[in-house]
Amino acid sequence: MDQSRRKFLKIAGLSALGLGAKPAVDALAQGAPGKFELNPKALKAKRWAMVVDVRKFRESGSGEEAMQRCIKACHTVHNVPDFPNPKDAVKWLWTEPLGNAFPSLEGQVLHHYVEERLKGLPVLILCNHCDNPPCVRVCPTKATFRREDGIVMMDYHRCIGCRYCMAACPFGARSLNWRDPRPFIKTKLNREYPTRMRGVVEKCDFCAERLAKGIMPACVEACKNKELVFGDLEDPNSEVRELLRTNFAIRRKPQLGTRPQVYYIV
Amino acid sequence: MFDSWKIVIGILIFLGLVTFPIWYSKGKAGPPPKLELPKKEKKCVESTAYMASSHMQLLDLWRNAVVRDNDRFYVNAEGKKYLMSLELTCMKCHTSREQFCDRCHNYLDVTPICWDCHIQPGLKLPGRSK
Repeated sequence: MDQSRRKFLKIAGLSALGLGAKPAVDALAQGAPGKFELNPKALKAKRWAMVVDVRKFRESGSGEEAMQRCIKACHTVHNVPDFPNPKDAVKWLWTEPLGNAFPSLEGQVLHHYVEERLKGLPVLILCNHCDNPPCVRVCPTKATFRREDGIVMMDYHRCIGCRYCMAACPFGARSLNWRDPRPFIKTKLNREYPTRMRGVVEKCDFCAERLAKGIMPACVEACKNKELVFGDLEDPNSEVRELLRTNFAIRRKPQLGTRPQVYYIV
Repeated sequence: MFDSWKIVIGILIFLGLVTFPIWYSKGKAGPPPKLELPKKEKKCVESTAYMASSHMQLLDLWRNAVVRDNDRFYVNAEGKKYLMSLELTCMKCHTSREQFCDRCHNYLDVTPICWDCHIQPGLKLPGRSK
């Protein structure tokens, strides 16, 4: 008797589960009536990477001005807010003194005379789009993820603002919107690109939306003297590969093993 | 059973209160909202019935396709191609959030969070003239 009641309950439970799960599975499995397509004009690469030519910024006369032009282009395109309190600062593209950008190389590769040569110019800093991104590994909602072509993307829809990624990123490339960013957008509003909301982490995404349209990232476009070069690292004939072949380039904090893909020619 | 009349009256009062919204409106629903439909375009991305019932699922699939798979175009059941973008596709025809989205959403008391980030047509940023 006991045995059969046990069996009955098991079967009843399983069938209830099955009946209950069916509508839920059906609802989830329902696809769109149409199809999704890539933009045929999109720029494609196996591994996007950027080369920052710090020397060229120095050569272009007023390097500081050129850097600010890049930053402004980026922040205008992406509606990046400008908070007055530096603790709230939201950074996609910004500058740091040479020693702060490369703390482990200071006094070694970047000795006093390199700094003298660069005339105390700061360095342009952005997300390194690491090959082994710690931010992606810690994100509990997969809001940040690494694309096939190497871009470390943000899905703002999924971000819950836990800031694990900010703790994980050794480059400080991620910023949380502590407050509603909209009143702090100082640039002309780009109506084709969303803003963010309070409690969402944001960062540079190598202008994924522009690449999808077939145009280069905003900062690269704003640099008239090719101070920033963007291209496919896996293509031996690309401009970035040529620059890296013919120049000595360093990366930020390579000893941490995140394999950054933004290269600096000093 | 002791005090059964008290219990029965209590149950009746309870049922009366719980069903208040039904008998108060006498089974009639409030008038459904009138949506401001686009003048220049007659057909939406998919059929009107599908859009009315499932636009939220479609938008959800769109956002995943765009953000996560980098697919930017949607080819509908008839083979017509659309850019998947709330600002650049949907709101180019449905030019007013208030007269289209909000009317239905308010009626049904749903509050989607699209406009926390996406920029509705004619949005003015706080503290700015344009």
